[in-house]
Amino acid sequence: MAFLKIEHLEKSFGSTRVVKDFDLEIQKGEFISLLGPSGCGKTTVLRMVAGFETPSSGAIVIDDKDVVALRPNQRNIGMVFQAYALFPNLTVGENVAFGLKIKGVGKDEREARVKEMLTMIGLPDLGNRYPFQLSGGQQQRVALARALAIQPHVLLLDEPLSALDAKIRVSLRTQIREIQRELQITTIFVTHDQEEALSISDRIVVMNGGVAEQVGAPFEIYNRPATRFVAQFVGTLNLIEADVIAPESGTVRIGTTEISLGRPLKPGRVTLACRPEAVSLGLAEGRPLVLHAEIGEVHFLGAVIRVQARAGRTQLSLDTFNRPDTPPPAAGDKVQVSISPADLLVLEA
Amino acid sequence: MTDATLAAPAPEPVEVQAPRPRPSRAAALPLKWLGVAPFMLFALLFLIMPTIHIVLGAFQTPEGAFTLRNLQGLAVPQVVRPFMLSIKISVLTAGLGCLFGLILAAAVTKGGLPGWIRDAMLTFSGVASNFAGVPLAFAFIATLGRLGLVTVILKEVFGINLAATGFNLISFLGLTLTYLYFQIPLMILIITPALDGLKREWREAAEILGASGSQYWRMVALPVLWPSLLGTFALLFANSFGAVATAMALTGSSLSIVPIILFAQIRGDVLQDPHLGYAIAFGMIVITGIANLVYIVLRTRAEKWIK
Ligand SMILES: Nc1ncnc2c1ncn2[C@@H]1O[C@H](COP(=O)(O)OP(=O)(O)OP(=O)(O)O)[C@@H](O)[C@H]1O
Ligand SMILES: [Mg+2]
Repeated sequence: MAFLKIEHLEKSFGSTRVVKDFDLEIQKGEFISLLGPSGCGKTTVLRMVAGFETPSSGAIVIDDKDVVALRPNQRNIGMVFQAYALFPNLTVGENVAFGLKIKGVGKDEREARVKEMLTMIGLPDLGNRYPFQLSGGQQQRVALARALAIQPHVLLLDEPLSALDAKIRVSLRTQIREIQRELQITTIFVTHDQEEALSISDRIVVMNGGVAEQVGAPFEIYNRPATRFVAQFVGTLNLIEADVIAPESGTVRIGTTEISLGRPLKPGRVTLACRPEAVSLGLAEGRPLVLHAEIGEVHFLGAVIRVQARAGRTQLSLDTFNRPDTPPPAAGDKVQVSISPADLLVLEA
Repeated sequence: MTDATLAAPAPEPVEVQAPRPRPSRAAALPLKWLGVAPFMLFALLFLIMPTIHIVLGAFQTPEGAFTLRNLQGLAVPQVVRPFMLSIKISVLTAGLGCLFGLILAAAVTKGGLPGWIRDAMLTFSGVASNFAGVPLAFAFIATLGRLGLVTVILKEVFGINLAATGFNLISFLGLTLTYLYFQIPLMILIITPALDGLKREWREAAEILGASGSQYWRMVALPVLWPSLLGTFALLFANSFGAVATAMALTGSSLSIVPIILFAQIRGDVLQDPHLGYAIAFGMIVITGIANLVYIVLRTRAEKWIK
């Protein structure tokens, strides 16, 4: 039985539908990310769960109660905003204690709770500082402590890391995930950063144009994208145009090379797609599709080297691991690249 | 600002740069300052020199010797009473201006009204906060005076006799009402940016943490606005304290507030002592100066917070 259920949720602003027939079931303690491009309706979904926006239709059920008619202050939900949401007139400790004070929790218990929360986020000594005396990362951690202090049923985070430096972003997302696991709190995390979503979620909802295109575990989303949009939005994708020459056996021609994909295809042209790591430089066992290519840009990323190569009209990105004893290829080198037909996704036009 | 404000804090003295040896710099300097020269000249002639003149005069005998007698001369009922009255009227109009201005500004910025209402209100406030002096007094006389339009309508249509209720425009209450005409808009103009500075996230964070609207205002919004509110109060106080033209035009000399007795003093019909006049003016400079200082200090404090 799902703990949080969203059913046929719709939202229109004026005549524009920004959330369309959105369904989602979240288990207790699950960490769900809403991932999608800017303007796809992620924030709107989150704000409807929080109660800041009223759905045009549909239901939001938390712990078997339909909450749509409840005001935000009656829903017992914790929320972390993108930035600048700490009360500037209150100290860190007072910010964290705010929700408890509203609830009428006594002073001693409040103070104990604040201490516990600040220790949890790793800032036990900053209780007396004001928000403007904190770094952005510290502010967001305090915002998390403030949201969690009231022991909410559900935690909502709307791009809480997007205003921070790359380094802090990575360490803080790990910390958020650790705290979430420890408290076993049901969480919806909004982001437009696919790496962020892939790295910390139990499941990801990929949204586009107000619609949930696919819901699945990161591994599934990345390796078995359900739609062309998901395939292109999550991770880097090589697109290869091919002509189907024998539909039943799934044989296609790419440039002058012919290969069977081993599954039936519709006749005509198809677009095949594969991840950079599914393309090897040189010949490789189990990768019988071999294309002749010329090396273009070479980006040395550290452990991984991302190489651009051109095979006829097809532009390919491929990743190889850095090996200290082998220098990377250079621009202009003529090479062979190999792909396993099993790694090729067939995208509908 | 409205009205003929008699005293305002003098601008910071311009730092005189030491002449540089390089001729190019020396030639560039005057050109750079040319644009602001009219302002400097104006400030010097009409603000700084008169202020210095008044301050010096307040401490001088008619013969030019140093004395504290002028300031001691302020401690007579004819002077103390107007000062008290002026302070009273300024506190009252500043307080009411702040209250109503805040409510109106909050309604248009946070009330979810269509944007054009806010624009219309701000535009009107910009005009009204500068509407003062003779035209304002005339407008009030023409509406709420003995034969004013509103007075007549109340009487003819609703049967309410304003005069019989004891209302008299040429009175403390009347003057307060008239001052509010520019005090409220001035408050709206100044407090609207501060209200815009209240982040939507604060309200929503408070709400999701369980707070009601009034708890949010009491625990977050008002404390954040507090320095701005106090600062604006000080500014409105100074604004009202220095307003002379409106008071003159409305009441003639029947209401003894400081600017009016000062005016009388300058014309020489009451106390017959120009140096006492300087002392009165000096008193006004001190009071408005303090109020302006409070405004500036509190405003910087408020800005630091909301950063
Ligand atoms: N209050 C509103 N009135 C009108 N349109 C709105 C309102 N709020 C959001 N929208 C529109 O709804 C769409 C979805 O907005 P939403 O904020 O949910 O997107 P998002 O996925 O969170 O994007 P981002 O990544 O940029 O935050 C956008 O086209 C936006 O312009
Ligand atoms: Mg958003």
